[in-house]
Amino acid sequence: MSQPSFKEELERLEAIVRALEQDDLDLDRALGLFEEGVTRLKTARELLQQSELTVKKVLEAADGTLRTSRTDL
Amino acid sequence: MKAPDLFTSAGMGPGDRAWTVADVTRRARQLVEDGFTRLWVRGEVTGFKAYRSGHWYFTLRDKQAQVRCVMWRGDNQGHQAPAEGTQVYVEAQPTVWDEKGEFRLTVRQLIPTDATGAWQLKFEQARAALERDGLLDPARKRPLPPFPSRLAVVTSAEGAALRDIVSVLRRRWPAVEVLLVPARVQGEGAEGDLLQALARVNRLPNVDVVIVGRGGGSREDLWVFNAERVARAVAAQGAPTISAVGHETDVTLTDLVADHRAPTPSAAAEAAVPDRAAVSQAVASLARRLGHGLARRTELGRERLERTGDRLEAAIRGHLDDRAGRLARLAAGLDALSPLKVLHRGYAVARDQAGGVLKRVAQFAPGTPFRLTVSDGDVQARAGPGA
Repeated sequence: MSQPSFKEELERLEAIVRALEQDDLDLDRALGLFEEGVTRLKTARELLQQSELTVKKVLEAADGTLRTSRTDL
Repeated sequence: MKAPDLFTSAGMGPGDRAWTVADVTRRARQLVEDGFTRLWVRGEVTGFKAYRSGHWYFTLRDKQAQVRCVMWRGDNQGHQAPAEGTQVYVEAQPTVWDEKGEFRLTVRQLIPTDATGAWQLKFEQARAALERDGLLDPARKRPLPPFPSRLAVVTSAEGAALRDIVSVLRRRWPAVEVLLVPARVQGEGAEGDLLQALARVNRLPNVDVVIVGRGGGSREDLWVFNAERVARAVAAQGAPTISAVGHETDVTLTDLVADHRAPTPSAAAEAAVPDRAAVSQAVASLARRLGHGLARRTELGRERLERTGDRLEAAIRGHLDDRAGRLARLAAGLDALSPLKVLHRGYAVARDQAGGVLKRVAQFAPGTPFRLTVSDGDVQARAGPGA
């Protein structure tokens, strides 16, 4: 499960917004940042819209490895 | 036969250089305090007296001996005064009270030896051991990650604790993955189960937070969370830990070593994840700022471009005007100087053969050849025989 780090996503968004709020930003760069911001917003919103909680039970198999199985609660 | 010289052997001179009482009691105190670390002593309380100052004085005795004890106000607060004859454990520092030349114990903890007391003694001993190893140091406490994606929960698979945790997570932050590592949390086998489960959690990859606990219960029900080995296993977790042992008054050892302590499993789940509603608001606010930021930036760009355009135009125009004027002036000057301009009006210039301009009648002797320059060229001419 390789979710993007929501924290990093938000921190980058913050940085983009702060940069855009600066007056001395080159217009091309501003457009680039805006585009990146929109992509990151989309990712963040997708994560926020995820509504199903995953619960898995961890059990140790006979050979000592850990297995997980989905469980309903 | 000479008696051993006690004065010199003690490093002091004889006679009037004998030890003072204060010196000897102070020395005795140092020896006693250096010779004993803090220890637990068992005995029966007798002659208990609580002074108005708040300090407690009593004697601890058994069949063979007795020792005076003091328990300062700061240490006895929260303790119940022991009844005469109570069997107790005291955690104490042996010392010598200079003023009375009396050997005594400075008591820090006092615990009755009944069943509850025995438990508490075990608790205090384990707590002391954990403290000695630095596991209770507040500097060890790790912060919880703001947005965990994987939670490990160590509790009973059947208990209310798990249901409470899942229900809070589902409401607050469903984007998290919950790994239940089941363990019995009371009774026979609970300690072994918890140790095994905690060891398994440490083998799971990418765990962001560990919740360990159970719902409320009696003191006996919760006792496994006071097991020193369980506390050490919690302290050894790779990810930050939240203890959730549902008991409002007593603090368990697991609570003490965990990075965070929650009073109930629900509270642990709330501490573990952010609130989706609040985060959605923050994200919406970022989205607004992003939009405004770009709009403002492009507006700013447009204004600046316009200003720049105006200035450029003005500059170029000024420059051109300047050039045109100069050209005009130069041209005018040139015109004024040009003989052609005069010739155009019908005048002509007469020059002799050497090119000198002929300006007077006297220069035109009859028959003299000369060159006449008109507007479009030269003409050879000769002066006539006179008027």
